[in-house]
Amino acid sequence: MSGTYAHAPGFIAGDRPKIVTSRFEYEDSFTLQRYLATDGYQGLRAALGRAANEVHDEVKSATVLGRGGAGFPAGTKWGLTPQGVYPRYLVVNGDESEPGTYKDRLLMERDPHQLIEGCLIACYAAGLSQCFLYIRGEMALAQERVAAALNDAYAAGYVGKNILGSKFSVDIVLHWGAGAYVVGEETALIESLEGNRGMPRLKPPYFPAAIGLYGQPTIVNNVETLANLPWLMLNGAEAYTAIGTKTSPGTRMVAVSGHVNRPGVYEIINGLTTFRDLLYKEEFCGGIRNGNQLKAFVPGGGSAPWFTEDQLDIPFEGPQAGAAGSMLGSGAVMVMDETTDIPAAALTLTRFYAHESCGKCTPCREGGTWLERILSRVVDGKGTMADLDQLIEVGTSICPGDFPHASNAKLGISAVPFPYKMNTICFVGPSAYAPVNSALVLFREEFEAKIVKRNTIPVTAVGAAS
Amino acid sequence: MARLTEDNVRLAKEIIGRYPRPRSAMIPLLHLAQQQDGYVTNDAMVHIGELVGATSAEVYGTASFYEMFKFEPVGKYLVNICGTMSCALMGSEELMHHAEHKLGVKAGGTTSDGMFTLEHAECQAACTEAPCLQVNYRYRFRVTAESFDSLIDDLSAGRLTAEIPDHGTVAKVLQHIPADRGVGAVPPESVTEAPAWLDGKAAL
Ligand SMILES: Cc1cc2nc3c(=O)[nH]c(=O)nc-3n(C[C@H](O)[C@H](O)[C@H](O)COP(=O)(O)O)c2cc1C
Ligand code: SF4
Ligand code: FES
Repeated sequence: MSGTYAHAPGFIAGDRPKIVTSRFEYEDSFTLQRYLATDGYQGLRAALGRAANEVHDEVKSATVLGRGGAGFPAGTKWGLTPQGVYPRYLVVNGDESEPGTYKDRLLMERDPHQLIEGCLIACYAAGLSQCFLYIRGEMALAQERVAAALNDAYAAGYVGKNILGSKFSVDIVLHWGAGAYVVGEETALIESLEGNRGMPRLKPPYFPAAIGLYGQPTIVNNVETLANLPWLMLNGAEAYTAIGTKTSPGTRMVAVSGHVNRPGVYEIINGLTTFRDLLYKEEFCGGIRNGNQLKAFVPGGGSAPWFTEDQLDIPFEGPQAGAAGSMLGSGAVMVMDETTDIPAAALTLTRFYAHESCGKCTPCREGGTWLERILSRVVDGKGTMADLDQLIEVGTSICPGDFPHASNAKLGISAVPFPYKMNTICFVGPSAYAPVNSALVLFREEFEAKIVKRNTIPVTAVGAAS
Repeated sequence: MARLTEDNVRLAKEIIGRYPRPRSAMIPLLHLAQQQDGYVTNDAMVHIGELVGATSAEVYGTASFYEMFKFEPVGKYLVNICGTMSCALMGSEELMHHAEHKLGVKAGGTTSDGMFTLEHAECQAACTEAPCLQVNYRYRFRVTAESFDSLIDDLSAGRLTAEIPDHGTVAKVLQHIPADRGVGAVPPESVTEAPAWLDGKAAL
């Protein structure tokens, strides 16, 4: 397809280590030919030259943090499968739908063989006998690229029976969804893969590593997590952990969208790069558009509580973001400048989560809808002061207790650390509340102004051009 | 109203064969049905139920959970404009208003000539390219009023048929596992042994 290459302009800027995006500079990066010419399938060869448990140990000592949102180390997760229970499966989470998140689609479109090689290494190391690669339904090009890559890889002997002539055999089955955000949640993904409505299962007992696909031990990993493995196998855990920090080694892909001069997807150094670097440095986003002031930013996907300039110097280090009242999530930063209508912006996210609720639990099904309705009313200039209390009351019925939020020197408030308590099965319910809570805690006067002035600022003013 | 054609049944059986349990093929087969008829017909759901061993109510139960499946005809081109945060920050509401005006339908509606259905969509994983849209799941990035108009004009004049298939076809390339290369799927209960390569020795 024409025209796709020129987009996501940020990804090749700067002189930083590239673990997962190294081939993006080639226009034919998705072909087997290019892959083989650039170390392709050499990580697999290195892995197969060692015993499976040694490969697993290497991944463990590299501390490859999961890139799907929770940041759980992949090597540790693989070790959670119950002893002696087979078959075990690998389910690849390519359902990328969290608002702001844009990286897995690039990895699938631009370097599908790297993902396939990562899947093979995981299956070998953890003794997983079949792999299902679940791609979001709406991603036609990613599905085509991965299908073509799999067809080529099968024909060339990299996937299937006796891979590279060894005793290692595994099928990778491309599976595709049909549009439902909540299916990205790992237990919902498994339900969907079993041919059901994609509703999350209750954990415990349904931790996939113990009881997953068809009730068997199942590893669910994100696309980017697996895409790290070929480089890791080729270069070793020591080289991997030499990048970034001890607790957050390697790199990670981050999409920065909204009101910056150069929105894009960047592979940044984990644990070290700060939000200030990312938003303002020339090699990344180059500052806020039109020289405007930063108002707020969402640091880790639509579910994450918001930060303001007070938090700009926090690096991409999970525990630090957590202590400051939010999370790094899926590597998605959404930036709002001074022209942003905060209540309207919060509504775009709350509407998303309310719409995507699967309906299984009441606080999310009902609470999300009420949050959306009340907030809409306020945004439309028809709210009352009691509505603001009502928003918090509904939010508290989803997440009892203090909801995490950032500190703010000007307002004299201090941070409530992440995570929250919740009355729901999965994070969709709390996610509907996160933007409301952040917006109300940090920008209450904007809500009050709408109520007092009966402002009828249409939603179109979310990002009023300036 | 149609059951799956002979060719599609062959394809369906190939797809079913890749899973340890046939029911896992449900969503791929629903896509196949939608590709065949432009939407998912009742007959197709009955047929899929027969193929995967589910009742037609179960097939509908699954299908109706997912946004992409349509149970009534939609336009030849489904235009999904993203309205989630990053796109909203970059003017997707204005774009939607413009689109409604250009096509003469409200979001959710289909033009009287059956060419276009316009829909609000949620985040399409292209947030850095906002505002964005998809036509039959093919992207258009950083869409302006002008580029929207020329897109609609091109689609109306049939200039994009090579790039954008009719509604129902998602990926034009499908996976094919060669019979001599595939390991094959087996029901989980017929496997109890550890895989051969977990013997503590290198595989190569
Ligand atoms: C509502 C919800 C949506 C999610 N969506 C995704 C997603 O689109 N992609 C993804 O990789 N993980 C998503 N996750 C996280 C997965 O449940 C799971 O933790 C992840 O795929 C594990 O992979 P990792 O350990 O490699 O990060 C989501 C979680 C929740 C609660
Ligand atoms: S929190 Fe919402 S999306 Fe998650 S299981 Fe409950 S109802 Fe479904
Ligand atoms: S918000 Fe529109 S693509 Fe993500």
